[in-house]
Amino acid sequence: MRRTAGKRARAIALGTAGVLLLALAWELYKSFGPLAGWGVGGVLLLPRTDDISMPHLGAMLARTAEPLTSAADSQPVWLIVLLGCVSSLGTAFLGLLIGAVVGIGLALVMLRFRVAEAAVLPWLVLSQTVPLIALAPLVVTWGGQLQFGSFSWQRWMSVAVIASYLAFFPVAIGALRGFQSPEVAHTELMHSYAVGWWKTLFYLRLPASVPYLLPAMRLGAASAIIGTVVAEVSTGTEGGIGRLIIEFAQSGSSDPAKAYSPIAGAVLMGLAAAGIVSIMGLALSRYRRNEAQS
Amino acid sequence: MKPSRRVVLGAAAMAATAALMLSACSTSTPSASSSATSGALTPVKLQLQWFAQAQFAGYYAALKQGYFKDEGLDVTILEGGTDIVPQTVLANNQADFAIAWVPKALASREQGAGITDVGQIYQRSGTLQVSMKKANITSAADLKGKKVGNWGFGNEFELFAGMTKAKLNPAKDVTLVQQNFDESALLSGDIDAAQAMVYNEYAQILETKNPATGELYKASDLNVIDWNKEGTAMLQDAIWANTAKLSSDKAYQATTVKFLKAVIKGWIYARDNPQKAADIVVSYGTKLGTSHQLWQTNEVNKLIWPSPDGIGVINAADWKRTVGVAMDAKNLEGSTVITKAPDSDAYTNTYIKKALGELKSENVDTTGANFKPIDVTLAEGGK
Repeated sequence: MRRTAGKRARAIALGTAGVLLLALAWELYKSFGPLAGWGVGGVLLLPRTDDISMPHLGAMLARTAEPLTSAADSQPVWLIVLLGCVSSLGTAFLGLLIGAVVGIGLALVMLRFRVAEAAVLPWLVLSQTVPLIALAPLVVTWGGQLQFGSFSWQRWMSVAVIASYLAFFPVAIGALRGFQSPEVAHTELMHSYAVGWWKTLFYLRLPASVPYLLPAMRLGAASAIIGTVVAEVSTGTEGGIGRLIIEFAQSGSSDPAKAYSPIAGAVLMGLAAAGIVSIMGLALSRYRRNEAQS
Repeated sequence: MKPSRRVVLGAAAMAATAALMLSACSTSTPSASSSATSGALTPVKLQLQWFAQAQFAGYYAALKQGYFKDEGLDVTILEGGTDIVPQTVLANNQADFAIAWVPKALASREQGAGITDVGQIYQRSGTLQVSMKKANITSAADLKGKKVGNWGFGNEFELFAGMTKAKLNPAKDVTLVQQNFDESALLSGDIDAAQAMVYNEYAQILETKNPATGELYKASDLNVIDWNKEGTAMLQDAIWANTAKLSSDKAYQATTVKFLKAVIKGWIYARDNPQKAADIVVSYGTKLGTSHQLWQTNEVNKLIWPSPDGIGVINAADWKRTVGVAMDAKNLEGSTVITKAPDSDAYTNTYIKKALGELKSENVDTTGANFKPIDVTLAEGGK
């Protein structure tokens, strides 16, 4: 117990030191780097250090505390970014949930039918090579054609679908490897007890897959967030962090410090997602003996 | 005891996830729809080219002031995004009307999109080529030997036509630079002349602090080439309707006239109350600042008013010039916007004239002959 606490303190200290080092590097370069940048033959190799290209970290922080516009009811930038994060995180987790269900389902099919594994696995790999920006408008178009009764497809649903499209892949691969991870001796033991396929799944394969599934879920969560942000940029979905990145970047030269807040927000979102998945993992820790610490 | 702690943690994580998903459902839905859902209203979807901003002030004003509702329409405004092509959304029947630039829409038509220009809201082009005063670029001919920024993606044809008209070969006589959708390349001196919309990027330069003086850049620090004056301007924001529905669907024809009537009233509101119109746009959640939106409203008004034939009427000469540039001007890849003249379905003045006629009988000023722009002071960052 003492040892893990010490480890944790060390991890926190190292993490903080990393962030501080990055901040220090930024400010040092800004102070001593060439103002107009430096390059060879018109190709800039060292970035500019003027206030438009590299605002001071202090200016970025100060900007987040100020209201966005001069309108009387304007919210401060940090609140807008935070609301954007919550909205995007919600969409991303919906995407992750769909992705996990689809991924585990596919893994089960591939586990049950060897033919399916041979037939489906290459397609799964191929599916991830489709560029997201090509896919996003298509999903919006297809979604727009869906309408039953009072239900009509909203754009954030397309974003969730795109997020799930990225998230399902690591989950499917991880789950399949996990389901196949029990040793032959264990499956044969089950066999000798005359236990059926489903029971073997629940008592042997599912618990054995946890050490593979959790890292896969963490990867899936990160993919879902990337998918959400990119899809929001692409479709201009209102409310999310992707849209804020574009909107704030529009005034990149006139209000440069502002553009960094949604980017910081996206980073925080990634951390939050990884944190939530880790907390889920705590509940499953008795199945995690063999998992490599990551 | 330990398992129960794990279960609690797990449950907490699940609850957090569920709460997030619920919040996704609730926070993302407030779309710009007139909320009253009385059964009598006809639902109409309008697709914009970009996010809510004063470029579309008239449509938002019509929504907020209830002009659409007065005509019996329940209008939902769909915002654009980087990969949303309004004319495609319209052609796919996912919107009833769309706002698009004429050359881009003509290119989509040539590829099979069945769409018709039913209202030419912007009578003039808002595209400029901006440069610093000291570079001394005041006409297309002065671009010779300079580094010229352009956005590409079909936004570059006025520039190329202008250079060709000034007897420059765009491939040889200038250095073309693909430009981001901001003006940082001009401000840092990477390019000599940058493409800018008068209502957006040009204002962003004027909202930026000049490091040399410590004050904001002034219009007197800059030179602009205005394609309206160079004679290669192309028509921009127009209202496009579905050609097939327009020819066969009586209800859609009636809706089109009603829609145009409300839109005209919206733009008249923006003309007569620029500050209020800008505030309306801000209330629809734009992230650009209030002084920027007021500037944008005012500049957009200048592109619309005065409209001697009445707002929205497609001027045959302007249309011909736009089609001419679209067919003749070659970009760097040697391609033109369109390869042959568009057919007669490409535009019609039938519906806009009907709408204008009805409004004229209500004594509404639809030409804006006495329109006077206001003076807008931009704040740093457009705030």
